[in-house]
Amino acid sequence: MASENSDPRRRLTATAVKLLVAGGFGVGKTTMVGSVSEVPPLRTEELLTSASEGVDDLAGVEAKSTTTVALDFGRITISPELILYLFGTPGQDRFWFMWDELATGALGAVVLADTRRLESCFPAVDFFERRGLPFVVGVNCFDGAHRYGTEEVRAALDVDPTVPMLLCDARDRESTKQVLVTLIQHVMRNAELLPAGR
Amino acid sequence: MSGEDEAWFDEAAGPLVRPYAVTGGRTRSDQFGLELITLVVALPSVAEASALPPEYARIVRLCQRPMSVAEVAALIDLPLPVIKVLLSDLIEQNYVIFRRAAPMSEAPDQHVLQAVLDGIRKL
Ligand SMILES: Nc1nc2c(ncn2[C@@H]2O[C@H](COP(=O)(O)OP(=O)(O)OP(=O)(O)O)[C@@H](O)[C@H]2O)c(=O)[nH]1
Ligand SMILES: [Mg+2]
Repeated sequence: MASENSDPRRRLTATAVKLLVAGGFGVGKTTMVGSVSEVPPLRTEELLTSASEGVDDLAGVEAKSTTTVALDFGRITISPELILYLFGTPGQDRFWFMWDELATGALGAVVLADTRRLESCFPAVDFFERRGLPFVVGVNCFDGAHRYGTEEVRAALDVDPTVPMLLCDARDRESTKQVLVTLIQHVMRNAELLPAGR
Repeated sequence: MSGEDEAWFDEAAGPLVRPYAVTGGRTRSDQFGLELITLVVALPSVAEASALPPEYARIVRLCQRPMSVAEVAALIDLPLPVIKVLLSDLIEQNYVIFRRAAPMSEAPDQHVLQAVLDGIRKL
């Protein structure tokens, strides 16, 4: 049986952590990941059947290999010992089966909200609330969209008052950094590692 | 898998037609609990990799430094479940070692969070 660190020729001591960027279809998730990733967002495919046992109409191997869902993600090497991955969640509801795998081990999540169709981020908010995963809401400011204040968005989303909410531009690196910093501070507060109110 | 070389080569033999051909139709890969951000690194060098069947050799060449299962899948361009099976084979044969992220049940480590915060600020 192979063990995690059995071979002296190479050591594997690095830690990987992950954050999620969620929200409705086309809200800017991939853009946000790309704005801070050290590599252009990578793409990989999960196969539908791998997480949907009991779906009996997908009988053959042929059918199994056709239904895929793309995940995209970026990487930030914080140090040789710490790698941060940012995963965009699939924007379409029918890919819910992926969310559990994505959320497993995640430190927290950004929910991107588009004020032109706020309701598209409701499922993400519900998911993270149910799961108890700390999240912040980034209100992505699309050009020409009516600018709601964060308090109006908060009222519409009906989230806990402690959930941070901020305006952002997913294309802008500094803006994304601000969102992620806010998220990590929220995660730390949640873990009672920071005094409340900071 | 038995661990015999014969089995090893049989399973991987043949051209890559569909992803499932690579894994001999196997889709279960939960034996090591590989997740998206489980880190893997290859033990053989790039030169040693050429002794392996092509799909495995590609992974070994790619994994000369630690990277996540998700990155391997993206860069090799095979679906995640397929990469998990191939990586499991390599782990079983002691060609790859892996390190899982902290389990969900554990509260995130304060030092890790602080390092992530500092790292993002420095970007
Ligand atoms: N004006 C403006 N446009 C944006 C912003 N964020 C993203 N966009 C644009 O919106 C489009 C969709 O962005 P994506 O990043 O692909 O959205 P997504 O959420 O990944 O989309 P799916 O994965 O298909 O659900 C792109 O053309 C972006 O350039 C923003 O903050 N402001
Ligand atoms: Mg996208």
